[in-house]
Amino acid sequence: MTDATTDAGKLTTADGQSLKKSLHRALRRQKVRALMLIAPLLLFILLSFIAPIFDMLLRSVENDIVPDTIPRTIVALDDWDATSGETPGEEVFAAFYTDFAIAEEYKSHTRLGSRLNYELTGISSLFRSTGRKVGKFETESYTEQFTAADAAFADPAQWAAWMADDAVRAALPQTADAYDAWSKIVVDLNNDVPSEEDPADFVYTGLYNDLMAGASVASIPSVDVSGWEPVSLREQFIDANDGWADPAVWATIKTYGGDYTSGYFLNSVDMQLSGEGVTQRPEDERIYITLFVRTIILSIVITGSCILLGYPIAFLLANLPLRSANVLMILVLLPFWTSLLVRTSAWKVLLQNQGVINDILVWLHVIADDNRLELINNATGTIIAMTHILLPFMILPLYSVMKTISPSYVRAAKSMGANDWTAFWRVYFPNSVPGIGAGSILVFILSIGYYITPELVGGTKGVFISNRIAYHISSSLNWGLAAALGSILLILVLALYWLYDRIVGIDNVKLGG
Amino acid sequence: MKLTKTLLATSALTLAAGAAFADAHMASDMTLVSWGGAYQASQTKAYSEPYMAANAGVNIVWDESSAEAVAKLRAMNESGNITWDLVDVEAADAIRLCDEGLAMEIDHDAMLAAGNDGSTASDDFGDSIISDCFIPQIVFSTTVGYRADMVGDNAPDSICAIFDTETYPGKRALNKRPLANMEWALLCDGVAKDDIYDVLATPEGQDQAFAKLDTIKNDVIWWSAAAETPQLLADGEIVMGSTYNGRLFSAIAEQGQPIGMLWDAQMLDFDGWVIPAGLPEDRLARVLDFVSYATDTQRLADQAAYISYGPARASSAPLVGNHAELGIPMAPHMPTDPNNSKNVFVTQYDFWADYRDDLDAKFQAWLAQ
Repeated sequence: MTDATTDAGKLTTADGQSLKKSLHRALRRQKVRALMLIAPLLLFILLSFIAPIFDMLLRSVENDIVPDTIPRTIVALDDWDATSGETPGEEVFAAFYTDFAIAEEYKSHTRLGSRLNYELTGISSLFRSTGRKVGKFETESYTEQFTAADAAFADPAQWAAWMADDAVRAALPQTADAYDAWSKIVVDLNNDVPSEEDPADFVYTGLYNDLMAGASVASIPSVDVSGWEPVSLREQFIDANDGWADPAVWATIKTYGGDYTSGYFLNSVDMQLSGEGVTQRPEDERIYITLFVRTIILSIVITGSCILLGYPIAFLLANLPLRSANVLMILVLLPFWTSLLVRTSAWKVLLQNQGVINDILVWLHVIADDNRLELINNATGTIIAMTHILLPFMILPLYSVMKTISPSYVRAAKSMGANDWTAFWRVYFPNSVPGIGAGSILVFILSIGYYITPELVGGTKGVFISNRIAYHISSSLNWGLAAALGSILLILVLALYWLYDRIVGIDNVKLGG
Repeated sequence: MKLTKTLLATSALTLAAGAAFADAHMASDMTLVSWGGAYQASQTKAYSEPYMAANAGVNIVWDESSAEAVAKLRAMNESGNITWDLVDVEAADAIRLCDEGLAMEIDHDAMLAAGNDGSTASDDFGDSIISDCFIPQIVFSTTVGYRADMVGDNAPDSICAIFDTETYPGKRALNKRPLANMEWALLCDGVAKDDIYDVLATPEGQDQAFAKLDTIKNDVIWWSAAAETPQLLADGEIVMGSTYNGRLFSAIAEQGQPIGMLWDAQMLDFDGWVIPAGLPEDRLARVLDFVSYATDTQRLADQAAYISYGPARASSAPLVGNHAELGIPMAPHMPTDPNNSKNVFVTQYDFWADYRDDLDAKFQAWLAQ
């Protein structure tokens, strides 16, 4: 390297390579080494943090359960106009019958019912009650008539032979489709061999539909089905549950028939996708906007109370002699180290109607015995308990910032004639603002996602959006909606962070030092 | 001498190996899921402790997640990792799990013990087998307890006392689910007892029930664990509250709280085990062995010595005796006792199996408003 020479205006190293290339290689090696060093952490973060978040975001738009469970119905519904106000025709019900009979075998109809119930309450019971009846539909009569017309139709081996023949399959598309689905059920669920089992009613129904549509195949016995009394599947379904006559049910199925949906996001802002496009939800189902607003307002109130209570304490901590400041510091940290549940339960004992605080106030004759304060199971309870729990997150950054404010500033101000208040307000306070900013961001972001304390002391009026997310994750299993709500919360926090950066400037936030 | 010792040792080993071999196809760990509190304690004492004593090396762990059993089993099924072996659920949840293919179907006569009077298991359990997946255990009821000292001489005798905030001022505790609340609301709004589920199946009927519940919405503390009501009653936080009758029994008889029991329109229901579908063979073998033991005539009768729930087997009824610690007869505290069952409301689990999703969604939205 030392004897690099200039050759035709190009720097080269001793081994004749261009200096640029050589440098580049050396740098790249360094980069690779650096990357290898951080690789474990990077991989860990990717796998345990980024990937789950991405997966969660994906769940909020995923909808493949509908097209996967009832694919034939979705195709048949293409021709149906959701705004017509009429129940779909026979061909939709025929497709739906096949889908439903298959889904019932896999028991996936209940899950689809639950999924669609998120969009139109009542669909779950519709699917469940119909699931118990779909095996008893009168399509049995087709099976009986086919097997009576020719014994070959009752022979499973013969069926298997037909369905292995491409010519037959091409001529009888519905039959082949139904038979394939049926034989998959036989193999998957019962561990049996299709060529030894009697095909299900829906296979014969498919055959009837094919023959009625004019199909004719030389290799299967010819049966004249035109004289048979048709079984109206539409009526069968409506007999099983008259909910199937409701066009709104079909509009919901059609609207949510795609692989992806905006339904969950619309739902989380109290809107819905219906046959007529995006509309507001019925009034008694609008709750999410209220909850988002409540979450933000309560979080702001909690942050404000933390500033009000935390600032004087932090000021005291920073200005007392070290020994007494340490004692105070332990008092601040002690609750911090106590279990969250214990602290919340303690608040329950203190705040309840017959609790310590009310008892003392009654004893002091501040309030009447029959007019005790409602301090718990409402927003007041949430504010009190959460302010207490989050207070250290305000005090600690405030304290570390105040510790760095030199006492000479205040002294200088006073020497120039400022009184105590002016010296504090004009000199000390502006210096402590970065601490307030850091504390506020911490407290606000923590409280916006808080879940266990509101659940325990918030009743119904003091719960947050996070409680709904938890409810949808663990009770109603509406993970799509939970994911959408969570995504909105995430975006909201990021937006507020950006706003804060624009107004206050993120450089002005200090956690200490 | 040495030879004898060796021989003895070998034969002992062979015996031990033989015993181990008999159990080799059974897993030794089992996770049971129940409701916690006094109820789970009775199950521990009557079923799992004697079972562990009889089967050395078996380790039973309890999980108190029955309230979310359906949701959690769905999630486990989706992730393909079933960590529970036996789950205690209400009748309606058993039907739901069976419909969804999340619970295993049971051949009651082949898998469960016959009654001690010689009857087959399915005859002995009779009507309590409400689903092919359900292994019945107890009859329980959701009922209301009130603070005897807070109602004075005017002890409530009708379920509608819940809605009567003038005569009984103060907070009430109700279940944070639609079950029982909806039925009681309609009953107290003048709907005839026989029509309630027909009315509740219609949107208008549901609105009617919510309108009735609206009248007390501000006076209700909603509980999600059955143990909360006895606690709130003991603290004097509420004047009355709904919970399961066994919880009230333990608060009244075992802890001596000044609580009265309102048996009017008690919601009778079954509770029992379901086995999650898709257990590996060794775990399934262990669970079947346990469940056959835990639901035999004697064990079900034993449980009634700890908590006032009626055994689901007919043959267990004559064996129900006194409380294990207090020595008081248990029969008068059972929901099925003639004195308590003058006005019984039999929960229609079929209805709840079908409508639970719908009404849960509405109820939760109503709560949040």
